[in-house]
Amino acid sequence: MSRDAIVLLGVNHKKTPLAVREKLALSAGYEEPLRALGQLNLIREYYLLSTCNRVEVLFTCQHVEQAQQLVMATLFGSSITGDELARYVYRYENIEAVEHLFLVAASLDSMIVGEAQILGQLKEAYRHAARMKTTGFVLNKLLHKSFSVAKRVRTETRIGAHAVSISYAAVELARKIFGELAGKKVMLVGAGEMAELAAEHLVGQGVEEVVVANRTLQRAVNLARCYNGRAVSLEELVCQLLHVDIIISSTGSPDLILTKADVRSVMRERRNRPLFFIDIAVPRDLDPAINTLDNVYLYDVDDLMHVVEMNKTERDKEAIKAQRIIAEEKLKFDKWLTNIESTPTIVQLRSTIEQHIRYEVEKTMGRMEDMDASTQQSLEKMIGAITGKVLYPPLHFLKSESHRSNLPERIKTVRELFLLDRQNNDDQEMS
Amino acid sequence: MSFLLFQGSVVVYICSTAAYIVFFLTRKTHIRRISRLIFIVAFLLHTANIIARAVETGHTPIVSHHETITFFSWSVACCYLSFRWRYTVKNLGVFISTLVLALMLVAAFSSRTVISLPPMMQSWWLPIHASVTLFADGFLAIACIGGIMYLLQERELKQKRFGLFYSRLPSLESLDKLNHHCLSIGFPLYTLGLITGSLWAKQAWGAYWHWDPKETWSLVTWFLYAATIHQRFTVGWRGRRVAILSIIAFLSVLFTLWGISFLLEGIHTYVA
Repeated sequence: MSRDAIVLLGVNHKKTPLAVREKLALSAGYEEPLRALGQLNLIREYYLLSTCNRVEVLFTCQHVEQAQQLVMATLFGSSITGDELARYVYRYENIEAVEHLFLVAASLDSMIVGEAQILGQLKEAYRHAARMKTTGFVLNKLLHKSFSVAKRVRTETRIGAHAVSISYAAVELARKIFGELAGKKVMLVGAGEMAELAAEHLVGQGVEEVVVANRTLQRAVNLARCYNGRAVSLEELVCQLLHVDIIISSTGSPDLILTKADVRSVMRERRNRPLFFIDIAVPRDLDPAINTLDNVYLYDVDDLMHVVEMNKTERDKEAIKAQRIIAEEKLKFDKWLTNIESTPTIVQLRSTIEQHIRYEVEKTMGRMEDMDASTQQSLEKMIGAITGKVLYPPLHFLKSESHRSNLPERIKTVRELFLLDRQNNDDQEMS
Repeated sequence: MSFLLFQGSVVVYICSTAAYIVFFLTRKTHIRRISRLIFIVAFLLHTANIIARAVETGHTPIVSHHETITFFSWSVACCYLSFRWRYTVKNLGVFISTLVLALMLVAAFSSRTVISLPPMMQSWWLPIHASVTLFADGFLAIACIGGIMYLLQERELKQKRFGLFYSRLPSLESLDKLNHHCLSIGFPLYTLGLITGSLWAKQAWGAYWHWDPKETWSLVTWFLYAATIHQRFTVGWRGRRVAILSIIAFLSVLFTLWGISFLLEGIHTYVA
C-alpha cells in the first residue's frame, strides 16, 4: 500500500469568469458540503475553501481519477455541467498541491497580491473542517504549515505593504493623512464603479459614515442605502464639506464642481481639520489649485496611477523573495511527505516481529493469558525490548541519508528482506 | 569615573543611532528591537554618568556647558522613553537617537572642568529651576522633531513624489498629535521653569526680573510657544503652520540655552 495522494481541485479568478465562480461558490457555508463529502468512501481527509475569488477543495485519496469525479459531482454537480467544470477546474497533485496551497496562503495567488484577508479566510475554513474532524494527519500538518509559510512571507518580505489598485492606493494615502480611519466620514460625489470600490475599501477600514451626493437624488438614495449612509443633493456640496473628511468625486460633469475658494471658505470653520479629495473623474471635477491649501490634499487619477505603478514595481521585487521562501518550504514539506511514506512499512515490520516473538514465547511457556500478572508484565517488557533491538538496523537503514539509494528503493529493500509483501506472512519461513 | 561613563554612553549612543538608521533603511523589525535595547542601555549609562558627576562635583551637574548639554540630551532621551511607553510613533527613534547623539557629541567637545559655584548660586533652586527648564526643553525638542517629520511627510504627500520618507514616516495625524502632546507638556514645564527662575533671581540678586539677555530671550521663546498653543486652541491651527512654529520656537530655545552665552554678556553667562 502506498501513501495517499494529496489532490487539490479548484477554480479561481484567474481562469474562471465571475459568472461561473458565483455558481460554484459555497454560499450556504461549509457544514453542508463537508458533510456531503463525508459520505464518499474514496477520500480520506478533506477540506474546503470558498471565497469570492476562489473555491478550492483539498483531499487525500488512493485513486485520484475516481475520487475527482466523485468530489466534483458532489460539490458542483447541481450547479453547472460537466463540460464547463472540466474547462475551468484546475487540479494539482502532491507537491504541486502543496505549492499551490502555500501560494494561496501567502496571498501570491490573490487578485490583489499581498492582501491579508486570504489567510483569515483560510484559517476560518480550516476551523470548520477541524471542528467536523474531516482533516487528519497529513492535511493538519499541511494546513498548519501553510499558515506558518504565510506568516514567514509576511514578516520576511514586504509583499503586503504595497497597494496596487487605484481604490486601494486611495485608502493607503488616506491612512497616511489621517492615521486611523475609524470615525472619519467619506462623501461620494457622483457614483461610479471605481468610486464605489474605493468607498468599499474605506468602509472596510472602519470609516464611520458614507454620504452620497448625486445629480439624481434617487440614485444617491439607493447607493447610500448600501452603506447605511445618507444622501444629499449636489447643491449642498460645499456645506457638506464641513462634516466629511474624505471626498471621492467621479461625476460626469464637464465643469469643475468645487473651486479653491469654496474649499478655503470651509477650512476655517473646520478648524483646519484635514480634507482629502480624490478626483477620479475625467474631465476633472475639482480645481487642481485646491491642493495648494494648507491641510488639504487633492489626488487625481494620474496621481493615484503613479502611486499604483510605484507600488507595483516594489511589490514585484518582494514577490520574488516570497517565491523563494515558498520554494524552500515546499522542499521541506516534500521531505516530510516522503518520510511518512516509510511509516506503513515500519508499522508492519514492528507487528510482524512482535508476532514472531510472541509465537515463540507462547510455544515455550504456554499461553500468556494464563500466567500471573507479574510474569506477564515482565514478558511483555522483554518482547518490547527484543522488538526494538531487532527493528533498530532496518529503521536505521530506512532513515539513512544515502546518495546511493532513495527512500522508495530502501523501503523496497526492507520489505523484500523481511518478506513483508508475502501474503499471510508464512511463519515457518521466518522462524 | 563620570568621564568614563560619559564616554561609554557616547559610544553606545553611536551604536544605537547606527542601528536605528539601519532599521530606518531596511525596515527589519528585529533590528528595531535591537536598536531600542541599545538605546536603553546607553540611557542607563548616561543616567549613571550624571549621578557620578553630581557626586564628584558636589552640586547638581547643570552648571557648566558640558553638564548642561549632557543633562539636556538626557532629558530628551528620558522624555522620549517616557511616552514611547504609552504610544508609539513610527520611526521617531531614528530622529531622537540622532539628536541625542548630536547633543552628546557637542557635550564631548566642551570643557569638562568643574566650575565651583559662587556662594549666592548655591541654592536648592538650582536643581529645581535647571532641571525643570531642561525637561521642558526635552519635550520641546521632541515637538520640534515631530514638526520636522511632519514637514518631510507633508512635502511628499503634497508634491506627490514619494521618496525615502513616505512609507517610513507615520501619518500626518499622528505627527500632529505628537506635536500637540509634547507642546502641552513642554509649555507648562517651561512656564514653571521661568517662574522658578525668577523666584531664584529674587533670592540671589534681589529682584525678580533683570532683563538680561537670557531672561529676555527666554521670554521671547515663551511668547512664541504661547502664540502657537493659542492659535491651536482658538482658530485650530494645526499641521504645517504649527510644525513650522514649533521648529522656530525650538531654535529660539537653543539660542537661549547657548547662543546667548557666546554672543551677549549678562548675569547668567557664568552659568551655562
